[in-house]
Amino acid sequence: MDVVFTEFPWGVMLILLPLVGGMICLLWPRRGRTLGLVTVFAVALSVVGVAWQMLDTGIYRHAVGGWGAPLGIDLYADGLSLLMLAASALVGLGVSVYSAAYFGREDGTRFWPLWLFLLAALNALFLSGDIFNVYVTFELMGLAAVALVALAGGQNALGGAMRYLLAALLGSLAYLLGIALLYHGFGTVDIALLADRVDASPVAWAALGLMGAGLLLKTAVFPLHFWLPPAHASAPAPVSALLSALVVKASFYILLRLWLEVFEPLVGSDAVSTLLGLLGAMAVLWGSVQALRQSRLKLLIAYSTVAQIGYLFLAFPLAAAAGATAWYAALYLALSHALAKAAMFLAAGNLLHFGGHDRIAGLDRVVQRLPLTAAAFALAGVSIMGLPPSGGFIGKWLMLEAALGQERWDLVAVMIAGGLLAAAYIFKVLGYAFTQADVTHESRAVPVSMEWAALLLALGAVLLGFLAVPVLSLVGIGEPFGVSGVGP
Amino acid sequence: MNWNSWLPLLVILSSLLPGLIIFGLAEKRVRLRIMLNLLGAVAKIGLVGWMLWGVYNGIHYEMRLALLPGLELVLRAGPLSLFFVTLSALLWLVTTAYAIGYLEESPNRSRFFGFFSLCVTATVGVALSGNLITFLLFYELLTLATYPLVVHRGTEAARHAGRTYLTYTVFGGALLLLGTVWLYTLTGTLEFAPQGGFLDGLGDEHRPALVIIFALLIAGFGVKAALVPFHGWLPQAMVAPAPVSALLHAVAVVKAGAFGIVRVVYDVFGVEFAAGLGVLGPLAWLAAVTIIYGSLRALFQDDLKRRLAFSTVSQVSYIALGVAIAGPIATIGGVVHLVHQGLMKITLFFCAGNLAETLGIHKVSEMNGVGRRMPWTMAAFTIGAFGMIGAPPVAGFVTKWYLGLGALEAGQAWVVLVLAGSSLLNAAYFLPILHRAWFREPSGVWPEERDFGRKETAWMLLLPPLLTAAMALAAGLLVMLPFSPLEWAKLISAREFYQP
Repeated sequence: MDVVFTEFPWGVMLILLPLVGGMICLLWPRRGRTLGLVTVFAVALSVVGVAWQMLDTGIYRHAVGGWGAPLGIDLYADGLSLLMLAASALVGLGVSVYSAAYFGREDGTRFWPLWLFLLAALNALFLSGDIFNVYVTFELMGLAAVALVALAGGQNALGGAMRYLLAALLGSLAYLLGIALLYHGFGTVDIALLADRVDASPVAWAALGLMGAGLLLKTAVFPLHFWLPPAHASAPAPVSALLSALVVKASFYILLRLWLEVFEPLVGSDAVSTLLGLLGAMAVLWGSVQALRQSRLKLLIAYSTVAQIGYLFLAFPLAAAAGATAWYAALYLALSHALAKAAMFLAAGNLLHFGGHDRIAGLDRVVQRLPLTAAAFALAGVSIMGLPPSGGFIGKWLMLEAALGQERWDLVAVMIAGGLLAAAYIFKVLGYAFTQADVTHESRAVPVSMEWAALLLALGAVLLGFLAVPVLSLVGIGEPFGVSGVGP
Repeated sequence: MNWNSWLPLLVILSSLLPGLIIFGLAEKRVRLRIMLNLLGAVAKIGLVGWMLWGVYNGIHYEMRLALLPGLELVLRAGPLSLFFVTLSALLWLVTTAYAIGYLEESPNRSRFFGFFSLCVTATVGVALSGNLITFLLFYELLTLATYPLVVHRGTEAARHAGRTYLTYTVFGGALLLLGTVWLYTLTGTLEFAPQGGFLDGLGDEHRPALVIIFALLIAGFGVKAALVPFHGWLPQAMVAPAPVSALLHAVAVVKAGAFGIVRVVYDVFGVEFAAGLGVLGPLAWLAAVTIIYGSLRALFQDDLKRRLAFSTVSQVSYIALGVAIAGPIATIGGVVHLVHQGLMKITLFFCAGNLAETLGIHKVSEMNGVGRRMPWTMAAFTIGAFGMIGAPPVAGFVTKWYLGLGALEAGQAWVVLVLAGSSLLNAAYFLPILHRAWFREPSGVWPEERDFGRKETAWMLLLPPLLTAAMALAAGLLVMLPFSPLEWAKLISAREFYQP
């Protein structure tokens, strides 16, 4: 029994289950909801399986069909991958429970297969050991995500989806060109092999430029964020949650992988990391100020995503001197943002469902009428603001520590300003939630599961604040940042 | 892990758990809510009493939990921690009873009492924190838990006050975070170290950085302690219901800030190290300016609660002053004022709340002859006011006596002038109130009178101020008994600050 458990190819299940599940959903649309929930739950269990194996044996490696690299497809997971898989599974569970109540019969038949395909693409991406597979998963992910955005129908959603489609395709194209250059120059697409072969040649620089640009566009870093707010704000709430929490993190994850492994010989020069840090800082400030200026809740949350992505990029200029601390900070911020932002979009969905609008100034007495949703928004907000106790606080603490340790006062100032601005836009929403006003519109009851899904995700983001030691020691598996385990 | 290490956590849970359960209670479950509230408060007092006895006999209570690699959450009950915890626990019970009476029949009581319990939880956490990051955690939690209490009424004015409160406190929190992380990158530890702080090993090249860090930390705590120029939120927060004001001014927010200053000076920098940096002089001056400025502003307020608020601005800085004078005797005066100010100020706010609830009186100018209509309430008010002025035998006198002695001992005679000036000003804004209340004729009808039959007001509103006034009186009269605030402050000074 124990052997079966430890030998079982859980990693393959992570891709196969949602892929097959999605196809069955297409064939049998009336059972979409049940199938979807069962599949997502099974995927979450498989992540536990992978984690179990990795605690036992370290890095997870599986040659699909028995063919190893460079011919076949290798599945590869270290601590970094595991963490992203776990985040997807957790957010996926929450969003699925929410969606089961959110989507009616007709929308549901379209939502579930798309979401399962998206999940398959995400898992495959996090498990990819070569850059061409990553391209394939990008395409699958992009198409599923765009279709999900368009699900809401209407002019806004279609416009947003269209912009999103263009950005995603353009990003993938640049990335593909980079792959072609690398393959031409170094004769392989396997990340581990490339890591050995790539040198600081013009080909490598060109590839870095192209792939970097493509990934930055997909991650929506300032000033390439133009597509994100309309897409994330006009999509149905659970879709917004998935996009903000997971999809933008996927391209960040690939950028990080390439940076740490493939392009390591080029990283020695400060120019690129300085540029990335600068973009990140601009994103933090610009995104936060824009969020503060919005009068609609979902747009506010979408701009907040732009800002929060900016924090992740502050790690690049800091990592040279601070090493793992800066990466841990980025990772922790990514993880807690995934949970908190998903919770926030789901909470916004509840408010929209309840009141029929998402004007911030009209959110009167939400605290009395949807207390769980208000609590979810507030708790998620605590993490987004980086206040203790929350995962966001741990991430911010580590990042500040990295920046102060090398006296990067500019980045420190950006982080502090970003936190203050975040507090301003979060409490702009919460302030209205306490006001007294007459009820002027018909309200629709919100199903309990939708309220709890948002609240539990938000609680997860808060709970992360107490789990730093075990989480960071998991990340150490396979030494993705050149150090094992956790060190002070 | 033995039983003793769980006690600090239990003290925190004794208000956290009831609070969380209360959030989930339906509005009409009045009895269950009251029972939970009182159960938590009584349990907390019991646990605290037990720890007081233990600490007196030298037992160590400590709980550790890994937070980050190299950093732990530490809850520790030393003499200073317990001093603040005891104050919080006692006044929480009294204020809860008062709030139950005050909020009878008003909406959203589950929400109110839930956040009320969270607020006390955060305060007790602040008190028990054994290192700076734990302190930071509970300090921010306190900001968040208090906000819903300030905006509780949901009016436009409340929303505005809430926004002001947040602007100040979140900004202060950011400064505090910055100072804390910076300190950590220099020292690699944040553990509070009684008897001299943990910075001794740092060389002279770090002096400029340390001065800035000191300023950041003091500014971060100064926001909540309402040091000038960070005091602007406090008078505005008056729109909150009376029990909230009482808690804010006497126990929770303002005190957490003052307590933070004590911690920074004694357990982070160490008093000698801080004196060597030359940062204590400016702190003493800032405190002195705040004391005089708060009193001057209080003179000109007609709104009773606003006058009391400016009085708080002034009085809380006695604590910072005592700490900054940096001598054993002045320190005793500053630390003991944590409790003394709490007892006196909470009495005054309870009384102000009673006047507003019973007669609709909000302004000083409406108080003519109110002593005849509500003699018990005004008697309690009088004791509190005399305490603030510093008249013996109320507790405030003890504070001023020790502060003055300590200043002379430390060779800083100017402080005595500040104290005398402040006492004069205190008298100038409290005595007219007392004169109006006791010696002027009532002007006829009260603004908004509620009928309580033969009683002057509901007993749930009357008992708490009488109790706290009695405690303030006892703290002044029975100073020499063991376990009096003064004796305990001496114990703190001897055990934690100055080696005998």
